[in-house]
Amino acid sequence: MLVFVLIIVLVAALSPLLVPWLASRQKVGLLALVPAGLFAYALSYLPAVSEGQTFLQVTQWMPSLGLSLSFYIDGLSLLFVLLITGIGSFIVWYASDYMRNHPDLGRFFLWLFAFMAAMLGLVTADNLLLLFVFWELTSITSYMLIGFNHESEKARKLALQGLFVTVGGGLLLMTGVILLGSMAGTLQISEIIQQPLEAQGTLINVMLVLILMGAFTKSAQFPFHFWLPNAMAAPTPVSAFLHSATMVKAGVFLMARLHPALGEQLLWSNLQLWAGGITMVLGGVLAYTAIDLKKALAYSTLMALGTLTFLLGIGTQAAMVAFVSFLLAHSLYKASLFMLAGAIDHSAGTKDLSQLGGLRKSMPITFMLMVVAALSLAGLPPAFGFIAKELLFEAALAVNSGLILVAIIVACLGVAVAIIVVIKPFLGSDALLPQKPHEASLPMLAGPVVLLSLSLLFGLWPGLADQGLVQAAVQAVTPVTKDFYLSLWHGFNTALGLSALALVLGVALAIAWQPSRRLAEKQRVLSESIGPEAGYFKLMDGIVWLAKKQTRIIQNGSLGNYMTVIVLAVVIPVGYTLLTQFGWPSLPVASPLHIYEIMMVALLALSTIYAVIAQARFASIISLGVMGYAVALIFVDFSAPDLGITQVLVETLTVLLLVLVLVKAPGFSRYSSAGVVVRDAVVAILLGTLMTLLVLAALNVQWAPSISDYFIENSYELGKGRNIVNVILVDFRALDTLGEIFVLAIAALGVYSMIHLRKPSS
Amino acid sequence: MKTRKDILNARNSSMVHRHDDSLILRTATLIILPVQLVFSIFLLLRGHDEPGGGFIGGLVASGAFSLYLFTFGIRALNRLFWVSPKDILAIGLLLGLLATIPSLFLGQAFFTALWFEFYFAGTLVKLSTVLIFDIGVYLAVIGTLMTMFTAIAGVREDRI
Repeated sequence: MLVFVLIIVLVAALSPLLVPWLASRQKVGLLALVPAGLFAYALSYLPAVSEGQTFLQVTQWMPSLGLSLSFYIDGLSLLFVLLITGIGSFIVWYASDYMRNHPDLGRFFLWLFAFMAAMLGLVTADNLLLLFVFWELTSITSYMLIGFNHESEKARKLALQGLFVTVGGGLLLMTGVILLGSMAGTLQISEIIQQPLEAQGTLINVMLVLILMGAFTKSAQFPFHFWLPNAMAAPTPVSAFLHSATMVKAGVFLMARLHPALGEQLLWSNLQLWAGGITMVLGGVLAYTAIDLKKALAYSTLMALGTLTFLLGIGTQAAMVAFVSFLLAHSLYKASLFMLAGAIDHSAGTKDLSQLGGLRKSMPITFMLMVVAALSLAGLPPAFGFIAKELLFEAALAVNSGLILVAIIVACLGVAVAIIVVIKPFLGSDALLPQKPHEASLPMLAGPVVLLSLSLLFGLWPGLADQGLVQAAVQAVTPVTKDFYLSLWHGFNTALGLSALALVLGVALAIAWQPSRRLAEKQRVLSESIGPEAGYFKLMDGIVWLAKKQTRIIQNGSLGNYMTVIVLAVVIPVGYTLLTQFGWPSLPVASPLHIYEIMMVALLALSTIYAVIAQARFASIISLGVMGYAVALIFVDFSAPDLGITQVLVETLTVLLLVLVLVKAPGFSRYSSAGVVVRDAVVAILLGTLMTLLVLAALNVQWAPSISDYFIENSYELGKGRNIVNVILVDFRALDTLGEIFVLAIAALGVYSMIHLRKPSS
Repeated sequence: MKTRKDILNARNSSMVHRHDDSLILRTATLIILPVQLVFSIFLLLRGHDEPGGGFIGGLVASGAFSLYLFTFGIRALNRLFWVSPKDILAIGLLLGLLATIPSLFLGQAFFTALWFEFYFAGTLVKLSTVLIFDIGVYLAVIGTLMTMFTAIAGVREDRI
């Protein structure tokens, strides 16, 4: 799997070079062969996995942190891998046509493939920390994709919203998985899910809530549902890929993955039931009230995600069978629906449901495909969606009547939405459209054709899905106690009756669609002013308000004040702690000083005093430099040549920088009143005294054995270098150094952007 | 016709803009620059055994470039670098990251140093991922300082 991920990362990295070259030859669609190849390879795992085999591949990464590049393939992850690579292939092909004339195609495929790699890593990761890394990568790459049209302020803002919500959840998730790892005693998921977690107590509840928050934000569960429809600012291929089949299912995937370990916790399943139940009803209502075709589909995705969470909350074997079937059915039809919606938008120039109409003549194939997709969305036979919905009813029926009510509401809203998205754009009289519609091209139709054929095929011969994937995936999330098989016809039972009821109610709702528009509009305005999204914007505005306020108070522009605050904030707590906990440090026994040592100290003192009293700026700067060189001499005296050299060089360059910055400043004159000078002197002396006391105290204590002996002994043995300082920098503590050069880079870019942003445009 | 005021202004305007002030400085710079750069590479390469290393080497090289900047001005420096200092910085960071990877393929922990030693013309040559990392540090330091210097000096030039 590591190779899988790396191949796609490589393709992503090459995209900016490769895509323009392919685009000039009209062959961008060839990129689809990459995920298609991986799909074929993943398919070869299917026979073994459907017999219950699992595969584990471990590569060390940072063993000391418990972080390894380990990947685990079982039914659940294989199902996701197949969905990601399979749907991904069609999306790439689709995008190559949909975005044909976009000037920035290379960047688009860069982020699309990067996202695909992150998603594949996420669903196959066996290490909790690794899973978290991929989790965050999907957030970041999807941010780039949602905000792909970065010149539009709206796209940027909505992309940022998605990022904040999912990354905020990601932080909670990180805390949660670390807690889980410490409770289970291992970070390997394949070991954690061997048996239900035994631990009890408050901490486990905290852990459950944290993990669920991560999953809920990612999978857009109430009250975090608002970012998903807003993410429709992305280009359509992205919506079809991220917001139907992959990214938003990551949260659901995580919950399913951990189900064997945590599914028996009451809090876990109750929260899932509530969040899922509310989300599915809310999503259905919002989908019904939406006017924009893509938005309506996005809300119906919410409905599906809610349903999946809800089924996990039920947690019985029947619910898990329903979960896997629903997941598969939804991915097949929703990706198709998005691609078809994009085709309509592309061809008719609008996706406003109240404007669209009469497209059946100009886009007959799209129409036909849309009908099949809608069958699955509405849960009607012979589509696979029907089987999934029947299973949902059966799972809910087995528990209690409250749940079945929720399921019925959702089913009939699903029917209504399905009817509307088919009838409005295609039937009725020809509408006045922004451009003359035409049938979509092959790359744009190929995905829906194949995915929907599968949907029908699985519906008519459920054994195809059942034997291969569904059984294996169900086994991965729950122990299978009794055999099951999927079928289209379950006989005349309650579930069938409920389906009929939902159909009738759904048709009624669809008829009421047009008359209910004004009410829907009111509801939309209302929910914009009081919903969680309004809360999100209030929070964001509040943060900015607070930042402005505190900046005005703390950073008022007077450098003297900054220094005073910073120094006192150090001196008071540190000095207090030192004197109360440690007392006055005693003077060390002085060894006799050499004459040149006395001279060094004298030089240091003189240059310091001169820097303070100098009347000219250059004199001040240069005496600061002298001070630095004197310190370097001390380093050399105590046989630390590397430190000495570094000190000299840094001092030189600092003086140069100061000269560059200050040479243009107006003359050196003193504006401070006597009081201010005294205040500054007191603050400076306080800091100096504190540092002196600290150094003296440090000489007297040794809390832990010194590590220098280790370095001295092993520098040549392990690091193959005689210069210990350098061996520490580039080998023993190389990770720190790597971090430091990144800090340097950030500082440099900070200086650069500060100066260049202020530069008046000439 | 330049007035006295213009000349004074030009003289006061910038330390980095006096292209024609000192023959000694210009000549010396042209000699010092290559010598100091070679010295910085020498420091970089010997760093593992003797005082030196990527950080120190980078500082020495930056010193050489800033001398050039002070003598000949920002435009000349930009011509000397055939890439932007920001790109040097980026290459440095990439090399730093690159050095962490090879050990993964040998099944060792992330960032484990790998050594490749051989004799060339009777001298022991030690190549390693550590060296790649140190070169990354070297370039990152040069990139950082030169990004800062050219940014600041660039503004000064613009305002003249």
